[in-house]
Amino acid sequence: MGNKQTIFTDEQLDAYQDCTFFTRKEILRLHGRYHELAPHLVPMDYTNDPDVKIPLALIVNMPELKENPFRNRIVESFSEDGLGNLSFNDFVDMFSVLSEMAPRELKAIYAFKIYDFNVDNYICKEDLEQTLNRLTKEELTPEEVVLVCEKAIEEADLDGDSKLSFADFENMISRAPDFLSTFHIRI
Amino acid sequence: MMDAPDAVFWDRPAPVGHLLLDQLPSYQSLLYRRKSSVRRRGSGWGSGRSRQLSVSSGKWAEQTHSGEELRPVRELPKNMQDKRREKQQRLQQGGALTGWGLWRLNVHRSLKRLKEDGVDLLSALQLWRTDIHLIEGMFGTGILSYFSFLRFLVLLNFIMFLLMFVFVMLPVILTSHTSHNITYSSTNVSECSVYPASSRQGLVAFHEHITDLLSGTGFLERTYLFYGYYNLEFIHSHFTYNLPLAYLLATVSYLLLSLVWIVKRSASGFKRKLIQDEDRFQSFCNKIFAGWDFCITNENAARLKRSSLLYEMKTDLEEERIKRRMANRTRGERCRIYVLRAGLNLFVMAVLVTCFYCIYVATVFSQRKQVEGAKSAFLQELVVEYLPSIVITLANFITPLIFSLIITFEDYSPAFEIRFTLMRCVFMRLASIGVLLFSLWVQITFCGSSECPCGYNHEIYPCWETHVGQEMYKLVIFDFLIIAAVTVFVEFPRKIIVNHCDHGLVRWWGQQEFAVPQNVLEIVYGQTICWIGTFYCPLLPAINTVKYVLVFYLKKVSLVTNCRPATRPFRASSSHFFFLVVLLIGLALASVPVTVSIAEIQASRACGPFVSYSTSWQVVPRGITQLPPGLRSFLLALASEAFAVSFFVITCLGMFYVIALAGAHKRVIEQLRDQLAMEGRDKRFLIQKLYQAQQASFGRSADSKGLRRNRADTGLCLVEPSVVLETQA
Repeated sequence: MGNKQTIFTDEQLDAYQDCTFFTRKEILRLHGRYHELAPHLVPMDYTNDPDVKIPLALIVNMPELKENPFRNRIVESFSEDGLGNLSFNDFVDMFSVLSEMAPRELKAIYAFKIYDFNVDNYICKEDLEQTLNRLTKEELTPEEVVLVCEKAIEEADLDGDSKLSFADFENMISRAPDFLSTFHIRI
Repeated sequence: MMDAPDAVFWDRPAPVGHLLLDQLPSYQSLLYRRKSSVRRRGSGWGSGRSRQLSVSSGKWAEQTHSGEELRPVRELPKNMQDKRREKQQRLQQGGALTGWGLWRLNVHRSLKRLKEDGVDLLSALQLWRTDIHLIEGMFGTGILSYFSFLRFLVLLNFIMFLLMFVFVMLPVILTSHTSHNITYSSTNVSECSVYPASSRQGLVAFHEHITDLLSGTGFLERTYLFYGYYNLEFIHSHFTYNLPLAYLLATVSYLLLSLVWIVKRSASGFKRKLIQDEDRFQSFCNKIFAGWDFCITNENAARLKRSSLLYEMKTDLEEERIKRRMANRTRGERCRIYVLRAGLNLFVMAVLVTCFYCIYVATVFSQRKQVEGAKSAFLQELVVEYLPSIVITLANFITPLIFSLIITFEDYSPAFEIRFTLMRCVFMRLASIGVLLFSLWVQITFCGSSECPCGYNHEIYPCWETHVGQEMYKLVIFDFLIIAAVTVFVEFPRKIIVNHCDHGLVRWWGQQEFAVPQNVLEIVYGQTICWIGTFYCPLLPAINTVKYVLVFYLKKVSLVTNCRPATRPFRASSSHFFFLVVLLIGLALASVPVTVSIAEIQASRACGPFVSYSTSWQVVPRGITQLPPGLRSFLLALASEAFAVSFFVITCLGMFYVIALAGAHKRVIEQLRDQLAMEGRDKRFLIQKLYQAQQASFGRSADSKGLRRNRADTGLCLVEPSVVLETQA
């Protein structure tokens, strides 16, 4: 890179490049985006690793996430405290997993976390119903919702406990042809 | 399904079994992004949450001691700090390397950086990146696939143009500007080699120029545009450049290049298709978990996506109902349906035959009128020239409507209906080009009652390849004009009418929907014409490139201003594969006329590079005879029967092997799936038994000691079997 930037040290940029799917230019651009979410909170100089977290409410207003029905869950899954406050590391990580280059297995892990609303390591019927209601904004009749959830569990549940464990979910995702192309955010 | 202890077991708010499940290695791999110390407080298994333990357990941990390949750090599902720590650990482990190893590692890393920077630069150069990003955000990945397909075709056409330009046009252009020794192609002067000038004489009206421009006649006929201009045979400079051979080889190579590129692009989609179930792929799970396009940033698009998902789910529920109804059909009903289907298929074939006959008649009429050359009004002349194109376009407009009407009577499942109608439309579009070429060929080789002395009708068509080139040129131009006209004169007014007029009929007609399959068929049709026509009109790929660039912008503007996404969205995954399959069908269809005309039909004697050869293919054997003897015998061996048969046998064996491999993989996947299910059941069973055993021992120990133990401790007891045994004893 020709121009000298003072936001990160070279070592930090190297580490980011190794730990995410982004190039240096993209990481600097992401930092710009992170900064403009909360210009007063986020310092321009990250060389000494400041401990700054942006709250959930600011992040879900990003244009990339604004229209997503699962935006809250996405941000919560990538935050350390589970409440949606993202540090810059978490922010970069989130977009790295959601980028085009992340492999299917990695995306499947985080997708499972996102759809697991009650955070109990299973996608149970209630989780599915909540997912469906967010997707369709509650325009399906309750009987139809129950029917669709039943059918979904029937298709994906392998071990017969009428909820989806991660193994069931991963197996189902590997057969879902659209997953890789829809589970990605461009930034 | 669940028996009593089970029900109790899963019902507990802070269940004991949960503690056990949390300790399973498979759960460790899904650990939430908490700092290591926080979650479990003061349990004896406290260190269980730390990353150290997850290093030795858990699916995603690298297993350095087992010698397995390490996953790259960026693919680990940990947070950034842990990934950095992981990287440090690995570096330290690798730090024991000597100077050579360290140097290799550094080189490897800098090469990787270089590659990433290169890929970054290349993707910045990618054509139309911002436009496609915008479309993706507004309409999702289904419509995006159409535009990226269009971009692929633009690149393909550009490469084809470069191929023809470098090997065919450039030498001819250079000879006209420099002085080289040229051998013009010639043959015995006979009646066949008379090529009368076709440019208009005397005072030429302006509208005649326009006619010439639009149909490639007149002043355009003897230019670089058409085959007839390239009548050089050899160019002598430091070496001898054999132009006819170059022309032929460039043709073959652009067909092969297209084939290889398309197959490469479709390989990934094909791999996925082999694995997944055909019925299930529109399943509910796919819609719920992979249905929402995370790329959507536009409020309108989000609303539309939501309603389309809703529509899809309702349709799927409907389809389930229909399937159940179909399964319950009686025998009588089934017979009736089959008879109805047979009848309707016959009707469809009758419609197709009628259309083909109309195309044939139109071509014959148009040719005859052109030959007569009687001066007529501008518009009349243009209509006569373009009559085959007009008929083809009309047929391609009417037949999809007929097909979609008929399919409703045939009582198939909705998903199959769509696919079958599309297949019929594809067949119609591509076969109409074939019919046009066939009728042209009939005209060209028809000499009245006698046999053609030159192999073709030299009086009417002294240079028949140029003539075929002109027909292909007209098809391409007309296709583009129709796309532009429909966009400008139908879609924009439709939007204006729908927005301002509130009549019931207008509202029923509704806003324009971007129908992806029909649009794709349009551009595949154009590409097929280009593949056929490039042999006769070497500049056609360039024209096609420009045409597709203009179509991209036209469609994009129309999409953004006029359309709403289809209520029946076309799935991105299946569509990509579908586009490439249709393109391959087009390529296969295009190579048939090209092959036939190269190998079978007499090349025209009056123009073009193949004047001194009987058929165009003859240039290859003659070229081979002039090669050095070693190479010649090698090439002759390649063409011999022995080689062909053994090559065929080996290819068949390879194909059978690959098919068997695919079948074996499918079986293995089924087995693994069953195994996974069984493992899950085993796990539940074991946990249940453990819980029961624990309850039993608990009850006994409470009786014997009269103490109440803390529930939380029992979780720990289970971990240390020695403690359990103690209490039992």
